[in-house]
Amino acid sequence: MKNKFIYLAVVAVLGLTACEPEFENEVTNGSYSAGEADFTSYVAIGNSLTSGYMDGTVSRINQTYSFPNTLAKQFALVGGGAFEQPSYEDDVNNTGGFLLGGTQITSTRLVLNVGKPVPGPEPIKGTPTMDISKFQAKAYNNMGVPGAKSFHVLAAGYGNIAGVAIGKANPYFVRHATSPTATILGDAMTKAPTFFTNWIGNMDVLAYATSGGAGVNQLGNLNPASYGPDDITDPNVFASAYSTIINTLTSGGAKGVVATIPNVTSIPYFTTVPYNPVPLDAATAGALNQGFAQYNGGLQLAKNGGLITAEEAAKRTIVFKAGAGNAVTIVDESLTDLGALGLPSYRQATKDDLLVLPASSFIGTTVGGNPLQINGVSVPLADKWVLIPSEISAIATATTTFNATIKAIAASKGLAVADMNAIMQQLVTGLKTDDGQIYTANYFSVASLSTVLFSLDGIHPNARGYAVVANEVIKVINNHYKSKLPMVVAGNYPGATIVASN
Amino acid sequence: MRKLLSLTMMALATSAFAGGYRVSLQGQKQLAMGHTGVAVVNSSAEVLFFNPSGAVFLEDKFSFSLGGNGLFAKTKFQNEAYNWKASTDNFGTPFSFYAAYKATDWLSVGLAVYTPYGSTVEWDKDWQGSHLVNNIELEAIYFQPTISVKVSEEFSVGAGPIYVSGKVNFNRNIDRSLANEAGQRSDVTIDASGVTAWGWTAGFMFNPTKKIRLGVNYRSEITMEARDGDATFHDLPTFLQGTYTNTKFNADLPLPAEIVAGFSIQFSDKWLVAVDYNRAMWHKYEALVVDFKNATPTSVNPRNYKDSSTYRIGTQFKPNNKFAFRAGMYFDESPVQDGYFAPETPRNDSTGFTGGATYQVTKNLGIDVSFLYLHFKETTNSYNYFNEGGNLIKFEGTYKNVVFSPGVGVTYNF
Repeated sequence: MKNKFIYLAVVAVLGLTACEPEFENEVTNGSYSAGEADFTSYVAIGNSLTSGYMDGTVSRINQTYSFPNTLAKQFALVGGGAFEQPSYEDDVNNTGGFLLGGTQITSTRLVLNVGKPVPGPEPIKGTPTMDISKFQAKAYNNMGVPGAKSFHVLAAGYGNIAGVAIGKANPYFVRHATSPTATILGDAMTKAPTFFTNWIGNMDVLAYATSGGAGVNQLGNLNPASYGPDDITDPNVFASAYSTIINTLTSGGAKGVVATIPNVTSIPYFTTVPYNPVPLDAATAGALNQGFAQYNGGLQLAKNGGLITAEEAAKRTIVFKAGAGNAVTIVDESLTDLGALGLPSYRQATKDDLLVLPASSFIGTTVGGNPLQINGVSVPLADKWVLIPSEISAIATATTTFNATIKAIAASKGLAVADMNAIMQQLVTGLKTDDGQIYTANYFSVASLSTVLFSLDGIHPNARGYAVVANEVIKVINNHYKSKLPMVVAGNYPGATIVASN
Repeated sequence: MRKLLSLTMMALATSAFAGGYRVSLQGQKQLAMGHTGVAVVNSSAEVLFFNPSGAVFLEDKFSFSLGGNGLFAKTKFQNEAYNWKASTDNFGTPFSFYAAYKATDWLSVGLAVYTPYGSTVEWDKDWQGSHLVNNIELEAIYFQPTISVKVSEEFSVGAGPIYVSGKVNFNRNIDRSLANEAGQRSDVTIDASGVTAWGWTAGFMFNPTKKIRLGVNYRSEITMEARDGDATFHDLPTFLQGTYTNTKFNADLPLPAEIVAGFSIQFSDKWLVAVDYNRAMWHKYEALVVDFKNATPTSVNPRNYKDSSTYRIGTQFKPNNKFAFRAGMYFDESPVQDGYFAPETPRNDSTGFTGGATYQVTKNLGIDVSFLYLHFKETTNSYNYFNEGGNLIKFEGTYKNVVFSPGVGVTYNF
């Protein structure tokens, strides 16, 4: 009898192993499909936004959060091959930043130091360990090169170390260009792409914007070799470069996604610093008004003399009042030049001006320690601190034109378009993800630790932001190429690095 | 016997299935009959749990019953939108011990020790739902002395106080992304043991004929008040180490009241059928609130359980004095409402299939075996109340469970 019970027990245990929970539709790799796309060899073309740049640099760990790297993991479920990014093994301390011949040439990554009375972003302590003279000479799947403009993708010598000091070469591309004369696109094509993403063009307009409009709008100048680093690219130069890139990428039958350029008005670098951040007591306001009385009086004379309109005179008149909310003073080179009367081109900023993020730590500082020489108040802000409406309009026009070009070229090749411009517009009011979280285009604060998508440089997304980007690209691929790829959850990706001391 | 007892006591950890964290495995004979028993007197002290008033109808002077189960609970989780897959295999050994002494023809006293609540769920650390739970271990042992009085041949009452000793250990990540400088996710463990509480049970049994019994039993709600438990934070980034410091915490966990009503019919000397209806007052579990002693913000986790019912039927066939065979089934409603489906108790409506047998070694000594197979409906559900940065975050997926539990016990009556 006992034996029978042992036998029963054995049967029970065997029966138990058969009792695995089984789903009606088990999720397996077979649940997903490539659709009409072929992800065997995926190559990403672009700038910083493609490279995984954030907090002012690319660092070893942050690079792993690049949106192409995230995409490649999803592609791997449906036949995607290996995806290699430029090596950052040299970044042993994960500080980011470069050396050239032992001398530091770029900053380490930004961290938020809450150990300071006024917490703010600052480069993490330490010295970069990556020297750009250590060449990798290798083509990678992620060919995103921070700082690259459209025509740079085709420029021979953009990876020549000899050009770095004179601004004709790019330290990021120098590290991995297959030769000093290699082009980004040429190196990319050695990977024989079957699928690509191309998110290029931001720098063709963004560099001008981040310089506060200090560069030149090169509208009509068809020779990009003559452009300065902060200039807006001519639309024909852009269109020509863009079609060459797309024609080359698709020459072997590759399919892909192109992305549009976000307008600067949705980027915290330009939306964080208010135009009117200056608090004043009555005495200071009175003293300042007295200081500007001569300038204001001169404006009235110019108006009466018919040199400027009453409207311009009113716009240029500088008035401070006691209390918060005084507008900063700025230099506006678009105003009527009254230099002959000894009147500079000053006015107070309005809500139509955009102050750049670094202005937040400049406004209120003094010139040479003189308490009467206050930047942004008694000393108006120079061009580079502010985008005035005419500059904003030049940027908007260029962005619109470039985006129209991108969409037209994509349509002619049947490529999918990720409208990152539209996505960024949504972020301004709040983008609600499927899990209920609402992300915004706001700049970082400790209170909004878990809902911020931008890194501390105010221009580039953080790891979580790149996950949102990857999701938008996945949606577009699923829709356009009838693929079925799983999404990622942005909330599982980290935000800014916060340190207690630095 | 002593050896078996000590073995059982050693492997105390119980594991849950069924609605919430209730574990219905309180006797080998009755489990085999679909865990009916509020109106059954089956020559076993198990009746002390199912309805203490029935003890006085036991024939023997002394009745002992000891049993334990191997509880194998497996849960799988997936979400196709994100290619999420996770699973958890948990093992537990709920046990029960009953002793009844019939002092006089009309009075019986007894002691019941059993583990009706418990839960062990252990997901992979840092899995997709780690902000809700990495692992939880919850157990409660009930000690219940009882008295049973025969008012007449037709009617008896019984009651007793319940002393509960329990403990809880729970770990989850602070949120969905926070990590220390080395990239390790920040988490918190709350641990409380030696938590004690009192409750009571009472019931009556009515035998309108020799063949029919009716029974009702009530077990009171017991709130486990964990006081000064330990809250320990791990892998915090340096800048938060001043915000979250290791501390003590208070939390209340309700073990809900349960009322059972049922009947049994002795169709012949050999054949018995029993039907039970359970109602568990889970509405008491509104939220799991962990109140930290220092400035660490109070953690409020809405649960909003609803009262739930279980419908049971079981039968027993005794061909001779040596053997008895049993079978049963039940349908168990989940107390969890849509939108509150948290992976700490990832269980849906279930249907249980039970069976078992007794081999009567001697007139006094019987060996019971039982098994339970619990089939859960696959469910796609979510927990929608995780607060992240002021917004409520949803954690959604499809869950599927299977529970299998073989059990063995001995009955000794004289």
